[in-house]
Amino acid sequence: MSLNDILDSLFPAGHTVAVANQVITGEATTAQGTVAVLGTSAAAAIDHAMALALSGFILDTIERHPGRPLLFLVDTSGQALSRSQELLCLNGSLAHLAQCVDLARRQGHASLSLVTANAVSGGFLSFGLMADRAYALADAQVRVMDLRAMSRVTKIAHERLVELAADSPIFAPGAESYVRMGAIEAIWPAPSASLLENALAAARQAAPASDQRQSSGLERGGRQLAANITKTVQNAACGA
Amino acid sequence: MIASLAARHSWFEATARARLGGLLDPGSFSEILPPAESNPSPHLALLDLPGAFDDGVVVCYGQLEKKPIFAIAQEGQFMGGAVGEIHGAKIVGMLRRAAQEKPAAVLFLIDSGGVRLHEANAGLIAISEIMRAVLDARAAGVPVIALVGGSCGAFGGMGIVAKLCSAIIISEEGRLALSGPEVIETVAGVEEFDSKDRALVWRVTGGKHRYLMGDCAMLVDDDIAAFRRGATEFLAGWSEPTPDVATLRARQRVLQNRLAAYGALRDGLDVWAALGIAQPESVPLLDRDSLVALKEGLPT
Repeated sequence: MSLNDILDSLFPAGHTVAVANQVITGEATTAQGTVAVLGTSAAAAIDHAMALALSGFILDTIERHPGRPLLFLVDTSGQALSRSQELLCLNGSLAHLAQCVDLARRQGHASLSLVTANAVSGGFLSFGLMADRAYALADAQVRVMDLRAMSRVTKIAHERLVELAADSPIFAPGAESYVRMGAIEAIWPAPSASLLENALAAARQAAPASDQRQSSGLERGGRQLAANITKTVQNAACGA
Repeated sequence: MIASLAARHSWFEATARARLGGLLDPGSFSEILPPAESNPSPHLALLDLPGAFDDGVVVCYGQLEKKPIFAIAQEGQFMGGAVGEIHGAKIVGMLRRAAQEKPAAVLFLIDSGGVRLHEANAGLIAISEIMRAVLDARAAGVPVIALVGGSCGAFGGMGIVAKLCSAIIISEEGRLALSGPEVIETVAGVEEFDSKDRALVWRVTGGKHRYLMGDCAMLVDDDIAAFRRGATEFLAGWSEPTPDVATLRARQRVLQNRLAAYGALRDGLDVWAALGIAQPESVPLLDRDSLVALKEGLPT
């Protein structure tokens, strides 16, 4: 599905969205009011320029439109893989982007992300996973690494990984795993204005949201350990 | 001088527990969820891989110069310090606890390649939770200091986490980046990044380069006592600022200017020359004090 089709389905009341260097920025009208729309397209490998375009747009929104909700459209194959990018500390620019999303939350901007096609590792961490809530379209690819590459790196037979992936959301690629793990709220069968409006309304009500992903993952049976371990560490008696 | 050399205890070669032993005030280390009270990762067991009772990370409270602090120390010698479900949940718990109890600081001894692929989704989500928890602790007024000088450096998602901390204290041996050189070489070819060229890897990702560029606040010797002195000194002069637009705007400008000035360069030597260092080829040979002196007066 093309970006324009997705935008038209999400925002039948209108949108003005520009795409430059695979970076999406703009605004759109919803029943919940105007929202800022930003993100990446065409499986962007996030580099410094893209990260800074997104962070700059978030800072503009905070300054010019206090409280305006943010919708991230996520289509990223991860981070740019190049020596010149690493030379200038690419992790620093991705951290800066994440910090801008976090500041927006603290200043009362609700945020949602919608994985439209691909969401992979560092690119997903820097903005999609920083939103209050994340959603994914039905055919979206969400993963750290595909099983073939994982097999090469871990030296575990590909067949064995495929077999385990069938019932282990802990490492099986796919949006469904991320729902069970608590990181994605729901999978949308198609981009939809009404689903978006419900999600926006829910995000605004819950704001300022604390991070509920561990307990969601526990309730949904995908992440059985994390919530209790975090709680144990938080509550353990200090012997001092 | 001779006494200090004799007493030097390499951070790079030490285990996470040995680092904590030398970093905190003597006798103040108190571990939360010690190995006797926890279980190894069932996800690794499913793959017939050996686990560790602490899952490769030690979380504790203790004191630094008599001030109460929390510490998190990743063990690079277990699974490359990579973040799995239990490992990540322990870190999140300590950071959330810090936001509530407000110790003088959290010291985060990062030694990690990022996500543990055997638990890929759990690791990635945990890193996202760690990112938010670091920022929550800081917003509660608790400084979070990253200490980077272990054999695994701070890579992948943990490289992002390091840059979300209040400051990074790094040694020359420390490395900080996003993708590992091996990954870049595999995907983009040896001409793009020769991961076996150790000197090149250090000129792109190493502690001296990150310090010269202003990505790390402090450069220290590869010595546990030097990390302790660095953390103490940094905290003495630091009060955690409230997150605000002006600070991030200023940071945005710095990053944009830097990209415009150096974005086409591919080697630390070229960036150092552009920074105005007269003899960039001498940088790898300089000792810590000379390098710190050299940085005085440079831009960034």
